[in-house]
Amino acid sequence: MPNTIPLSWYLGISAALFAMGALGVLIRRNPLIIFMSIELMLNAANLAFLAFARSFGVLTGQIFVFFVMTVSAAEVAVGLALIIIIFRNKHSIDVDLMNSLKG
Amino acid sequence: MSLSGLFPLVPLIVLLPTAGLLINMIFGGRMNEKAIGGIASAASGLAFVVSALLGYALWTGTGEAVVVPFANWIHIGALNVAWNFRVDTLSVLMMLVVSGVGTLIHIYAIGYMHEDVRFKNDIPRYRRFFVFMNLFIAMMMILVSGDSYLMLFVGWEGVGLCSFLLIGFWYELDTLGRPSWANSNAAKKAMIANRIGDFGFLLAAFTMFWWFKSLTFGDVFAGAATVPSSVILFITLFLLLGVAGKSAQIPLYVWLPDAMAGPTPVSALIHAATMVTAGVYLVARSAPLYTLVPAAQTTVALVGAITALFAATIAVGQYDIKKVLAYSTISQLGFMVAAVGMGAFVAGMFHLVTHAFFKALLFLSAGSVILGVERGHHHLAHPAEQAGSSHAEVHSTEPGEVFDPNDMRNMGGLRRQMPVTFWVYLVGALALAGIFPLAGFWSKDEILADAFTKFPAVYWLLTIAAFLTAFYMGRQIWMVFFGSPRHAAAQHAEESPKVITVPLMILAALAILGGALNLPGLDSLTLWLQHTIAGVEAGQFSFLVAGLSTGLALLAIYLSWLLYGRRPLVEGQPDPLRKLLGPVFRVFERRYWVDEAYWAVFLNRYVDLARFLADVIDGRFWHDWFHEKVIAGTYNWLSRTVLDLRVDQQFIDAIANGLGNLTRRVSGGLRRLQNGFVRSYALAVLFGVVIIIGWLVLK
Repeated sequence: MPNTIPLSWYLGISAALFAMGALGVLIRRNPLIIFMSIELMLNAANLAFLAFARSFGVLTGQIFVFFVMTVSAAEVAVGLALIIIIFRNKHSIDVDLMNSLKG
Repeated sequence: MSLSGLFPLVPLIVLLPTAGLLINMIFGGRMNEKAIGGIASAASGLAFVVSALLGYALWTGTGEAVVVPFANWIHIGALNVAWNFRVDTLSVLMMLVVSGVGTLIHIYAIGYMHEDVRFKNDIPRYRRFFVFMNLFIAMMMILVSGDSYLMLFVGWEGVGLCSFLLIGFWYELDTLGRPSWANSNAAKKAMIANRIGDFGFLLAAFTMFWWFKSLTFGDVFAGAATVPSSVILFITLFLLLGVAGKSAQIPLYVWLPDAMAGPTPVSALIHAATMVTAGVYLVARSAPLYTLVPAAQTTVALVGAITALFAATIAVGQYDIKKVLAYSTISQLGFMVAAVGMGAFVAGMFHLVTHAFFKALLFLSAGSVILGVERGHHHLAHPAEQAGSSHAEVHSTEPGEVFDPNDMRNMGGLRRQMPVTFWVYLVGALALAGIFPLAGFWSKDEILADAFTKFPAVYWLLTIAAFLTAFYMGRQIWMVFFGSPRHAAAQHAEESPKVITVPLMILAALAILGGALNLPGLDSLTLWLQHTIAGVEAGQFSFLVAGLSTGLALLAIYLSWLLYGRRPLVEGQPDPLRKLLGPVFRVFERRYWVDEAYWAVFLNRYVDLARFLADVIDGRFWHDWFHEKVIAGTYNWLSRTVLDLRVDQQFIDAIANGLGNLTRRVSGGLRRLQNGFVRSYALAVLFGVVIIIGWLVLK
């Protein structure tokens, strides 16, 4: 496949995605949205991995993506379970209500 | 036949009584009274057997002194003191008297103390008495058998301690058995008077060591001729001070009458027969020193003679049966001291021995009289009881009742109730009065005969004392045993048991036969002591002296019969001498106010000084000012003002509080970061990552 799209474009999209994800984590209160934002950041990383892997012609990045996807799946599984427990206790899943560990 | 193999036995004379006292001290709690008294008496008796064996060995041998090394004691620089025993005729004579008379008194005490602890209501104290008595025998043996002035001093102090312990035996009572410190005060008085004497003894011993570099008798006597006679005079006069303390001579005799607070066997053993004669023994032992300085001899002789007369006059005016005997003892000790002072060492030692016999006899008989009267008094208090069983259990005197069983005015007519005691008392009294052929006649006349030729002034003093002796003993016999009872207690008095009367009979036999020791012409004691005391010669018997003194004694007894025997005292009647002598009798009765004078001149000054030291020096200066103000004040200022306020509160607290405040302020700042919002943590993480990456990228 002809390499017509330069690496920096992929990286730019990846950075934009990561920034959007980070912003989402920071400003949203709904944990579901936060999760989606985290997925966005992970996928931005995946995109960067893939772009580099392709650009340098090695498989390491590609393999790493699988790990990232596995970890994110596990993370979501644990995270959703936590959200359910929180909801049972507080009848809300607003993350700002979960501030009882403040100093 | 040589028996010199017996000499190494000599330590047994000390070790046997020590073993006796240890057995009684350790196992006595589980033994009955007979076993305790039996062991103590056996310990003393075995010491007598050993002494007799030693005497036999000396008699069959050469008779010269044998020194038996026993133990090393002190070895410092030039001072080398070994505990060596000296077996010579003089020390063996003393050993025989101490252990022989001591054993009889131990046996007597088995009976006497049996009743005494019941009258005083403290049966467990029985054992303590015999422990002290055996200790006394051991210490007296050390005294007479030591080979140096220092070992003699060890025994000297040891017997002083036993004397103190036994005078204060009933330390919580007075002589009438009432709660009081009187007995312990008497014990202290004996101790303190003896301390003054010991001061003299020690100065003499120090001087000896300074000049002779040794304290053994041999070295001191060998060196005595080589030093200035003023040194010997100093030594002998300070030894005389020791003698005056221990042998109750003027001016230190005042403790002996008070020492009668001890149980009667103690008065007999310690304060009549043995311990108080230690001073006489000391002068006889130091004969080589005294013969060098006539001035010291004169002083000793005069002190003895004046004491003999002085004490005899006091004895005339006493009512307490034991006080009469106590002053009589002082008087007789004066005879002995006068004798050894004149250089009549054999006569002095002879009188020491016979006096031990008859004065122990008199004291023990007096104890028997006192017990008899106490039994009679007890009979009054408990008339319903059977007489035979009455002393089997504990008795107590009713509170508030004051009856003095020692007071001769409460007695009278006792020869009917106590016949054995009467006869032995009579023997003792006649021996003391110097009636032919009893022991006292021979020994006293030997002293008088010596004095007659050597020292007329002493002779006259002693002759008057002998006259008074016969008079006060006659007075005592008439008052105690004749006439009719002046108190119901005397009426109901009972004779003492065999354990008491048998030793009395033995002593009475000795008081009769003791003169045979040194009969004129035979001079056995002179020959015996010649081996030890150089240059003694047999006393010559003078019919003039003997006749005069016997005549005076008989006259005195007749006078006493005129006053006390012909018309016996009745209850409440004043002493007939009071009418006859008027104020003079009062002087005798009140003992020349010597005790009062000592109080006024010395003791009150001392008490004032002590009080001044206690109140002003110790209390106000030392305690209130120095301790409270200076030490405690400084300490308080230092601790409160400096250490507490300045150092602790201002400096150390500031450090501690500053650290605490700092921590709190820092943590207050930090806790604001920890706001619990996940997003702010995430933002922090983001910033951190950005900063780290930025730094990695841009560096």
